Amino acid sequence: MSTRLVTFTLDGRLFGVEVNAVQEVLRGQPQTRIPLAPESVSGLINLRGQVLSAVELRARLGLPDRDADQEPMLVVVRVAGETIALLVDSIGAVMDVDDDQFELPPDTLSGPSREFLHGAYKLDSQLLLALDVDRAVAA
Amino acid sequence: MDDIDEIVQEFLVESHENLDQLDRDLVALEREPESRDLLGSIFRTIHTIKGTSGFLAFGRLESVTHVGENLLARLRDGKMSMSPQTTDVLLAMVDAVRDLLAAIEQTGAEGDTDVSGVVARITAILDGKAPEPVTEVEAGVVAGLLPEPPVEVAPAPATPAPVAAPVAQAAPEPVAEHEEHGHRRTVAESSIRVDVDLLDTLMRLVGELVLTRNQVVRQAGDLQDVDLMRSSQRLNLIASELQEGVMKTRMQPIDNLWSKLPRVVRDLGANCGKQVSLTMVGKETELDRTLLEAVKDPLTHLVRNGVDHGLESPEERVAAGKPAEGVLTLRAYHQGGQVVVEVSDDGAGIDSEKVAAKAVERGLRTQAQIAQMSPTDILQLIFVAGFSTAAAVTNVSGRGVGMDVVKTNIEGIGGTIEVESVVGRGTTCRLRIPLTLAIVPALTVECAGDRYAIPQVSLLELVSLDADRAANAVEDINGASVYRLRGTLLPLVRLAEVLGVESDRSDGHVVIAVLQAEGKRFGLVIDRVLSTEEIVVKPLGSQMKAIGTYSGATILGDGRVALILDVQALARRVLNADALDQDDSDDHDSRAAAAESLRLLVAGLGGGRKVAIPLSSVTRLENFDQSAVERIGNREVVQYRGGILPVVRLNSYYGAISDREGDELVVVIYTVGDRSVAIAVDEIVDIVDEDTEFHAEVTDHGVLGSTLVRDRIVEVLDVRAAILSADPTFYTASDEYGAELQETM
Repeated sequence: MSTRLVTFTLDGRLFGVEVNAVQEVLRGQPQTRIPLAPESVSGLINLRGQVLSAVELRARLGLPDRDADQEPMLVVVRVAGETIALLVDSIGAVMDVDDDQFELPPDTLSGPSREFLHGAYKLDSQLLLALDVDRAVAA
Repeated sequence: MDDIDEIVQEFLVESHENLDQLDRDLVALEREPESRDLLGSIFRTIHTIKGTSGFLAFGRLESVTHVGENLLARLRDGKMSMSPQTTDVLLAMVDAVRDLLAAIEQTGAEGDTDVSGVVARITAILDGKAPEPVTEVEAGVVAGLLPEPPVEVAPAPATPAPVAAPVAQAAPEPVAEHEEHGHRRTVAESSIRVDVDLLDTLMRLVGELVLTRNQVVRQAGDLQDVDLMRSSQRLNLIASELQEGVMKTRMQPIDNLWSKLPRVVRDLGANCGKQVSLTMVGKETELDRTLLEAVKDPLTHLVRNGVDHGLESPEERVAAGKPAEGVLTLRAYHQGGQVVVEVSDDGAGIDSEKVAAKAVERGLRTQAQIAQMSPTDILQLIFVAGFSTAAAVTNVSGRGVGMDVVKTNIEGIGGTIEVESVVGRGTTCRLRIPLTLAIVPALTVECAGDRYAIPQVSLLELVSLDADRAANAVEDINGASVYRLRGTLLPLVRLAEVLGVESDRSDGHVVIAVLQAEGKRFGLVIDRVLSTEEIVVKPLGSQMKAIGTYSGATILGDGRVALILDVQALARRVLNADALDQDDSDDHDSRAAAAESLRLLVAGLGGGRKVAIPLSSVTRLENFDQSAVERIGNREVVQYRGGILPVVRLNSYYGAISDREGDELVVVIYTVGDRSVAIAVDEIVDIVDEDTEFHAEVTDHGVLGSTLVRDRIVEVLDVRAAILSADPTFYTASDEYGAELQETM
């Protein structure tokens, strides 16, 4: 069994989400900030007349903030009937990964990154972390 | 159409639908002449029309359908078999029925349509005679009615195939509307059934169009091109009309919802052993269908509640001197761009004291909080989650939806709910629902560089103060900002503070949006007012709903997203119960005020002297220019709202010397009946709650007593004596001093 993932990077790490969940990928859009919103929700985006919330995955996964001059990319995903934009550093390739490359997160991993990950695919060069989108965007 | 009453109207709609079915059945019957099912169906249809026409005294219609029914009965019972001739006469009968219905629709009576030929032909077949040659008289009339014959009909050359296109009637109301324009169309022609999804798509497209229009209009305004301006204005008009039109297509009379309720009430009444009559007023009130869908459950719950908990059993009612049969009234009407739906019962009512006790018992409110609340406010506690007044959960209500869910549902669609009740007389639940959800007029404002939309429904007025005026007019009462809006104190809420952002307005200007929510007024301080526009409400993601400050988002003219402020939630969030400026704050019934804890207005006089004036005596606070003070004899007066007010200078009354510099006179307006007096003080210091008795031992001239306000002794003004010093005739009534004293407290 193999799975097809859309990959992206966050703070130098490679992440992937299942291709079926992804609606589209686009460049940074003007955002409207939402006062009082949880820190990981960075704003609202107008995607062709539809209002989407943008989730800052770095904040969600407890990673350091992105450099101010680095423009985020957006991965638009559909989760539980809602469309949400994930802010990531850069978009990678669409990859087919084999189930036998998969391993659950190591026991040493804790905190948000463990909670929001399905596990890791052991690629030849590096680990591809499979993001649990449902959990990562849940309030 | 006006002269045809509702029953006839319904009969017409129903019959037209039936006839279309009949045509299809008859044609099908020719292919399978032995089908009992088809014959039975045709027989039932004709039988229904016959029955109703007899009831409505349409004699000719009845005679035609009567013979037709006889023929069909024989066919059905197998005493006769179908032949092309019988099909012909049956179709002819259907045509005759159609003609009669058309006549009834136009004139309200059967007119002079001749049916004897058809009757004769059917009778002939019934009698076993050979049918007359087929010459149809009625055929021509019918032909015009039908768009196209999609199913071919082999025999009966003169009879057009009266097979209906999938065209039927939606609701009778829109039809009536068309007819009123004098352009008469048949019921079947003037309305079509449309897929709801299609309407939703149209509505969404119109929403997008409105957005694009906003963008174009804004850009055209920037470019200052006359032609473009003209076109954009035209676009503006057309888009508005289109929007209105599409919105109308989604409107449905509330009766669509209500029509299910009589049955609910009947069953429920029988279940609970109660006699209930249901009256419905304003059935024709129209509502967007999504809203109709959204209020369905809450409304049903309220009706169930009314029957189950509201109305008493017949025995109790009789014992209370009421008719055994309880009355449940549903009322719907339009008011100020909203639809109001009321569910009233004439039952036992809700005892606010019991509600209060329950709320305390459940830990929803503390005793102290309850003491601060008016009985009306206490009643609203039934909508708080975790509250249920029913002593026992019956199998009727108390299942699933609670009143808190009702409230949540109604507020979810931008509506409000309130309850009124008089013990022993009954309870009324009032829902206020916006006409439509999709597009709302809103004010766009700016705060800390971000734009927000405030729905116009909640907006009362806008106040803009320049730095000088703001410095004076915005006052601080114990940390809480207030503004004197025409003399009434308006609590102010700074949006920037609520949202935890940094306001970028540093020039001291203050812009206040005066808002109303849950019957309370408050002023929202914003940075700038931008414009009013129609906004399309877009739902927010689930994470954002939890914040509770925003009711949605919208896309503005420049394509950026703006958040829509949820004024109700904002009010709940920032106003605590006692800071609220109640709508009835200038209620002159001071007895009611005296029953609650006494509120004092603390005013400063010369020499640091402080004096407290019972707030219930105060109707307004005003600033006058010194030059406005005129003299009548040796008394000072000012002109105020077309009247003349005597001025009482408390400083001179107490023999103090004013420390106040400048030309402004700060006055407290005090009114009894139609007479007012202006009490001039140096400054307004504070408003405090004082529930202790006066410490009346130390008294002096013009002092009713003294009291402790924040550990300082403050004299309580003897308002009556002070006023009498300025206007001895102020109290015309020569009642006892004590009674009057009560009045001023």
